Order: sequence, then C-alpha cells, then structure tokens
Amino acid sequence: MTRPITKSMDIPVADGEGERYSLRMGPQHPATHGVLRVDLELDGETIVECTPQVGYLHRGFEKLAENKTYAQALILTDRLDYIAAMANNVGYCVAVERLLDISVPLRAKYIRTIVAEMSRICSHLLWLATHALDIGAMTVFLYCFREREILLDLFEELCGARLTFSYPRIGGVRQDVTARFIDGLQRFLDIFPSKIEEYETLIDTNRIWLKRTVGIGKVSGEEALALGLTGACLRGSGVDYDVRKHQPYDAYALVDFEVPLGSDGDIYARYRCRMEELHQSARIIQQCIDQLPPGPIAGPDAPDLVMPNKVPARIEAGTNVYGTGLIKLVRDRNLYISGDVYVATEVPKGELGFYFISDGNNRPYRMHIRSPSFIHIGALAAIARGELIADLIANIGSLDVVLGESDR
Amino acid sequence: MEQMAIVDGLRAAFPDEILHSYTNQGQTAVVVRPGRIVDMLRWLRDTDTIRMNHLRSLCGVDNVRRKESGLSRFEVVYNLYSIPLRHEIRVRAEVGDKEPAIDSVVELWAGANWLERETYDLLGIRFNNHPDLRRVLMPDDWVGHPLRKDYPLRGREEWAGMTELLAKVQELDRFGFDPEGHAHSQAIPDEEDEE
Repeated sequence: MTRPITKSMDIPVADGEGERYSLRMGPQHPATHGVLRVDLELDGETIVECTPQVGYLHRGFEKLAENKTYAQALILTDRLDYIAAMANNVGYCVAVERLLDISVPLRAKYIRTIVAEMSRICSHLLWLATHALDIGAMTVFLYCFREREILLDLFEELCGARLTFSYPRIGGVRQDVTARFIDGLQRFLDIFPSKIEEYETLIDTNRIWLKRTVGIGKVSGEEALALGLTGACLRGSGVDYDVRKHQPYDAYALVDFEVPLGSDGDIYARYRCRMEELHQSARIIQQCIDQLPPGPIAGPDAPDLVMPNKVPARIEAGTNVYGTGLIKLVRDRNLYISGDVYVATEVPKGELGFYFISDGNNRPYRMHIRSPSFIHIGALAAIARGELIADLIANIGSLDVVLGESDR
Repeated sequence: MEQMAIVDGLRAAFPDEILHSYTNQGQTAVVVRPGRIVDMLRWLRDTDTIRMNHLRSLCGVDNVRRKESGLSRFEVVYNLYSIPLRHEIRVRAEVGDKEPAIDSVVELWAGANWLERETYDLLGIRFNNHPDLRRVLMPDDWVGHPLRKDYPLRGREEWAGMTELLAKVQELDRFGFDPEGHAHSQAIPDEEDEE
C-alpha cells in the first residue's frame, strides 16, 4: 500500500500567499558572471525584495592610482572590465590626454578605434554566449567563442597578450599594426556578418528564447535614465545616448555608423541592440582599415615607456627588464597641469567615465571611475522586483555586468 | 547652451549658494555651498533650457593635501549631462571637516543610491535622507574610510574578519578539513587497499 508522499514529508508548499522565505544566490553562482551575491526575499517564485551585494573583488584601484604615475596606473584599467580590457585602456588614455592636454597622432587614433571596436565585439560575443547559456540556449555558446578566439589571436599578434593588453598608451599606442594583423582582421570582417546571421538563426525567433526575453525586465526610458543605465541597456529603452556620437573621441567623428535603438526596454530589446552593435562595430573597423593614414603612432609628449629600436637577442631569465635598457621610464617631463576633468567613453557595457583631479604632480590626486557595471547592479533591485526568480538570471545577464569593473 | 550661460542662470536662481566657477579643458565647473544642493540639481534637471537629465557620476574628494588654497576638507562632485541638449556641467559641493554630510539626491536620480553609498563607504561623507546608507564595497564591519588621504595605502592592520576566518579554518582542520588539500593526503588509504 502506498502512502501519499505529501503526508510523510514535511515540506512547506508555497501557494503564492504568505510563504515568504529568503534565499542567498551567490557569491559562487555560475549565472552571476563573477562574485556577486544577491540576497532574495521570495514569495513563492516571485521576488519581493532583491539586494545585490558587491565588493568581493574590491581591489582599491582608486586608492592605488593615487600612488602611481599616470603611465603606471594604465595597467589597473586592464583589470576593470577584463572582458573588454582594450576599451578600458582606451578610455583611460583618452581621459588622461584630455587632462594633461596631450596630442595624439591620427594613425594612433584610428588604431585605437579599431582595437576598441574589436574589444566591443569580443565583449558582446562573450555576453551573448553566457547570457544564452544562462537561459538555456546551449548551442550559441561555442559558436560565439569560435569567433572570439579569432579576435583574441589577433590581439596576441598585435601586442602579445590575450586578456590584459595595456596596448594603448597615453598619447598613442605602444606598437604599430603589422600587415599580417590587418590581413587577419580583414579576413575576420569578411566572414563575420555571416556568423552574426548564424547566431540570429539560432535564437532570434526561437520560441523558448522569446518566452524568456520578451516583456521581461522592462525598463522605461525615464526609469533607465533615473537609474543611470547606459549603453545598450539605455538604448534598448529608446533613449538615444551613445558617447561615441555625443562627445566623439579618437576617430569616431571620422567614421560613419549608426546607433541602434530599441523601444520596448525589455531583455529582447537589449539583445537586439547588442546584435546590431556587432554589425556597426564591424562597419567601423572596416572604415578604419580603409582610411588608416600613415604617420607616427605616438605623440611627442607621451609620458610613457620608451621602447628601444634594437631589442637584445636574448634576455637572461630573472634579469630586471629596466636594467637591460629594454624599457626606459621617462619621468621628469614638465607637462603636468593642475585641474580636473571628467571624460567618458563608450565601452561595451556602457559609459565608462574617469574623473581626474590633477595637482600638477605626475600622479593623479584623485581618480574616480564611473563604472557602468556598478551602476547597473545597483539598478538590478528596481528591475527584478516583482518578477520571477528564473528571470533574475536573465536580468543579470541582460544588464551585462562584469564584477571586476563594478568593484574596482 | 553655453556652459557659462548655465552657470549664470544657476547664479541668478541661487545667488547665495554659488561660491565661484571656472573652466578647465573646455569643461565648466561651479563650486557651491551644500545647503540647497537638491534644489539646485532639481533646477538644473527640470529647467526647460538646461534639462540635465543624466547624472554621469557622483563622487567625493578629500582635499586635505590639495595644493589649491581655500578648499573645504571634503567635497562631493556631480557630473551632469543633458542628453537632449548635449551639454554638460560639473557641480562641486563643499562639505565641511567635522562629520561631513550633505543631502541625498536619490529623489532626483534613483541611480544615485549606490554612488552615494560608495562615497559614504570610501570617504565617510554622510548623505541625509538616504534610504539605505550602508557600506557597499568594504565589509560591513570595516573601520575607517580608505579613500581619505590620511588613510595609509597598505592599511593599518589585518581585517578583523580575516582572523576570525583563519580561526575557523584551524578549527575545521581538526576534523580533517584542509583548504590547501594536501596535508592529509598521506592519511587517506588507497581505495584498492580497502577493497
């Protein structure tokens, strides 16, 4: 004789009324894209209150930067948004150049635009891969990584690193692009549009994808502005704000591109915006390659490392590179200006701003990083409240946060 | 609209609050008293010809070692931008030395919530009427505010939670829990022997 299971087991069954409980998601949850903890107050499966907790990756970059020279603090920006490190480097360099009034040659501007857009494609591909994985579309994951790998190889060809580059420098870039790099990039651009179509075929009209994204995580344009959302999260709500268009830096004023806008402000709209941005990024890179002017790659007053033309054939292990004459640090240039400046750039996640105060010293007196991820996580509570817990995963993915950038 | 014209408008609307203004690298900043900061920012946001609807950043600054003279110990800096009209302005609100505090602007921009928490966490500037003023980046029981200039780069001592954590690890170690994962490897018998 079988007994009904419900009688033998003492499990409270949530009927949607009065069964409140709290749940901690993270900090080691695969769908939080880093060490993010979300304290949830649930009523059945509905989120009543959601409190994100960050700070697990806080490394004190703002404090560290006050104790480093401008050139040295560049490497900290790699570790902000490590998925799009190149875009962070560019943002930092643009800000310091504005602060210290350093000129950049045109060729360097074009190269930086190319690498920043490559970085945007990398970031969006990783976002698409993991976001799709989070909400159950397994196939897209490896397709995206396949194309991202090509770009990482190109970065390696360019500067030797695949993740943390420090390739742009204040006043230009560190090395010139090679013909092989341009060839590889051109080959990538030739195949890339067809690859985007491939991803779209997989998920764009997929019924499960639509059920998980359409109408979920809705943010109106006004709400998004009040919450401080930027990037695709703001544009998905129909607000036309892209720093590349509003306050162009580098070569963005010289190339032609469109800013894709959504209207619904839901997860699907943000997804469509990012997919369109992939096309636009490829278009920008193509124009930059076609227009790439000859000339120097760094300005005359770049306060940075000086690379020698002759590299020793062999460097013994364990020697100090500064002792070999391979790298010289230029220290005493009298170009530090007092004042403060806020400069924003459009990184894949949104508006990355640097607020600098200079005291006439070779170190920043104060460096504040306006990181989009921090603000986006701060907005998560408002967006996820009242929705289902399964949609919280989709919301975190759709806001596209990187905890390294959030916690700084 | 020209940035200086915005400052003039602000000066006309709040004559007693504006201390001075300046332009650096094409960006205009206005230094103000903290008392009516919410009214001023609301005026900047809601006036039809200005419409500063995007709070780009909010951060605190510790001025104690700054070479410029006549600055208050702390200040809170608001970078505003108008998306429809495409102009920007920076508002620097002076905050005093003893128990620094300023009114919260969360009612104007909900997104200021975390930015103010961060400023409180790292610089110890309190925000009046803030809905949830807790630390955000540092642990809740942290002592001190790291971004103040008198706070050392290396920190003064180990975080109290760290000693607790190590004590916990040692306690668990008595039961064979080994975070490094190798100290007890010799004590584990081979599976084949067991069989």
